[in-house]
Amino acid sequence: MTSSPAPHREDALNATKLRVAERRQSLMVLALTLPAIIAVCLVIVIPVGWLFSLSFLDSSGDLSLVNYEKMIAYKSYLRVFKTTFNVSFLTTFLCIVIGYPLAYFLSQIPRKYVGLFMLTVLLPFWTSLLVRTYAWLVMLQRNGLINNFAIDLGIWEVPVKLAHNLNGTLIGMVHIMLPFLVLPLYAAMRRIDRHALQAAANLGATPVQAFWQIFVPLSLPGVVAGSLIVFVLCLGFYVTPAVLGGGKVILVSMQITAILEDQFNWGAASALGVVLLVSTFAVLLLASRFLKLDSVMFGRR
Amino acid sequence: MTSDTSASLSISVTELTKTYGKVFALNRVSIDVKAGEFLTLLGPSGSGKTTLLMAIAGFNRPDSGRICFGHEDVTVLPPHKRGVGMVFQNYALFPHMSVFENVAFPLKLRKIPADEKHQRVTEALQTVQLSDFAERGIDQLSGGQRQRVALARAFVFGPKILLMDEPLSALDKKLREEMQIELKQLHRQLGVTTVYVTHDQREALTMSDRIAIIDHGELAQIGTPREIYNAPANHFVASFIGESSFFPLTKNKSGTLHYAGVSVGKVPNRAMHENWTLVIRPERLSLHATKTSKNTDKIYFSGKITELVYQGETVIVMMIMEDGHNLTARMNTRAGNDVDSLRVRQNLLVGIDKQDVIIIPGEAS
Repeated sequence: MTSSPAPHREDALNATKLRVAERRQSLMVLALTLPAIIAVCLVIVIPVGWLFSLSFLDSSGDLSLVNYEKMIAYKSYLRVFKTTFNVSFLTTFLCIVIGYPLAYFLSQIPRKYVGLFMLTVLLPFWTSLLVRTYAWLVMLQRNGLINNFAIDLGIWEVPVKLAHNLNGTLIGMVHIMLPFLVLPLYAAMRRIDRHALQAAANLGATPVQAFWQIFVPLSLPGVVAGSLIVFVLCLGFYVTPAVLGGGKVILVSMQITAILEDQFNWGAASALGVVLLVSTFAVLLLASRFLKLDSVMFGRR
Repeated sequence: MTSDTSASLSISVTELTKTYGKVFALNRVSIDVKAGEFLTLLGPSGSGKTTLLMAIAGFNRPDSGRICFGHEDVTVLPPHKRGVGMVFQNYALFPHMSVFENVAFPLKLRKIPADEKHQRVTEALQTVQLSDFAERGIDQLSGGQRQRVALARAFVFGPKILLMDEPLSALDKKLREEMQIELKQLHRQLGVTTVYVTHDQREALTMSDRIAIIDHGELAQIGTPREIYNAPANHFVASFIGESSFFPLTKNKSGTLHYAGVSVGKVPNRAMHENWTLVIRPERLSLHATKTSKNTDKIYFSGKITELVYQGETVIVMMIMEDGHNLTARMNTRAGNDVDSLRVRQNLLVGIDKQDVIIIPGEAS
């Protein structure tokens, strides 16, 4: 180039006109998104803020930390949080154990059959949560299908406690959460280059070696994404543990309901909600650290 | 790294057949690749050349036929036991490993001790000029660099056979031409038997010891680049390799073949065919205003220029002959060649040496 360009000079040909056009365009974009921003503020930000502020008021309406102090003072609160994390962790773990082979199977069959098998995952997913939970209750209870069959067949003699405890809660929750793990995991597995596995075989890897050294590491981002969704959903889950836990598995969400129904204490309930929200954020933060580790592994940027 | 040819194995493919539904991907294909040879499988997309390569690698199972490496029958051997190196079209590098780990992968599987592994990976990376990139991630590399990693990974474990599936097709033209020369040099250095798949005829001519042309799942011709270019076996080969003009020939009683009343030669020995076609390569032609009668080794046809295309080093002269057939000539643009004086609709004589005449069986289409 012989003439040096002067991109920021006012007197350059049409520079002002073009800059005005550019600014007008960005204003238009802002104007178009404004209704959505306002809606989000009205529906999410303000109610959550209100909830947040409620938790810092005592029963007479004065500013205090009494709700949080109570949470530290009473051991039962700690136990509820422990149970919640415990159940969420176990559910996520079981979802991975069951969902990984399922997603792997789906990713290996020809695409035209995927829809059919995906239905087995999605059909329950589209059925009402409450219906499914009570269906499990019918199956799992003392005189339920499973116990009756097992006793008739002589597998066990005395009815096994499958519902109204942690077992029931986990069975129900894993069933409901499974699609949230399988769908992102399946998508991640489909993205894995089949040639990478062929290359591994070509370089001397047995199918088992190729699976563990190539396929599994490449599917990890899908596992992380899916488990995160499941874990976070579990933290605030209510219906299934309430029905199938039979009052023996108390999660944060159930504690909140109890406080509101028995004591009508909005402050204490809000405080629980805030702590749950904060701990969810903490988990997400930790996970994003882990995800970044992944992107370091894959991206090395 | 060894350059001893005994470190390479011959490949013998016998009557290999593979069908997909009712379509023959390979139809009784037999090819022998000599130890240390660079053989290219050339053909249009869908011709079955990749199917053949994948069968040699063990990734698809043929319906019938036999594949041998040296004296060993590997027809039913799974891919991880074949010990061949392969460069995939999309490179198929492992994105969760560094360059070093990618190249070290086959050595790790073979439980090579750490010292030796490090040394061999370093040597392989030196060979492909990537020494400074060992610790990089795959997504930090350019297309050409990824290509080199895939190559290093394919030969680092000392395979006796190297397979390449259109390894350069994703690169831009200039880089591709550089890599062609590099691959050729690498092949000479390693001495490993190489089977290379491409649809690019120029690439095949540039790199190969021999070319096998595959068409509709069948072997159309196999030979050195010169044999294939100068003596194509049929219409498909003649049109796929290089540019050609085709003229139908008539046979008289004495077995001489004529086009436009001009005798172009005798019926070749493989004389079972009724119809014969004259093949003319565009760069073997000369243009004349009048016949220079002295030269009896030259034959002449007359035609009219329909289009002139200037391409820098050459000018393409498109002509129509008196009987309506098209002819393409390619003239160098050096001074004194008079190509600048050519005009569209000009009548001309085209001359060709008798030894440049190619006659193939079959009708011109």
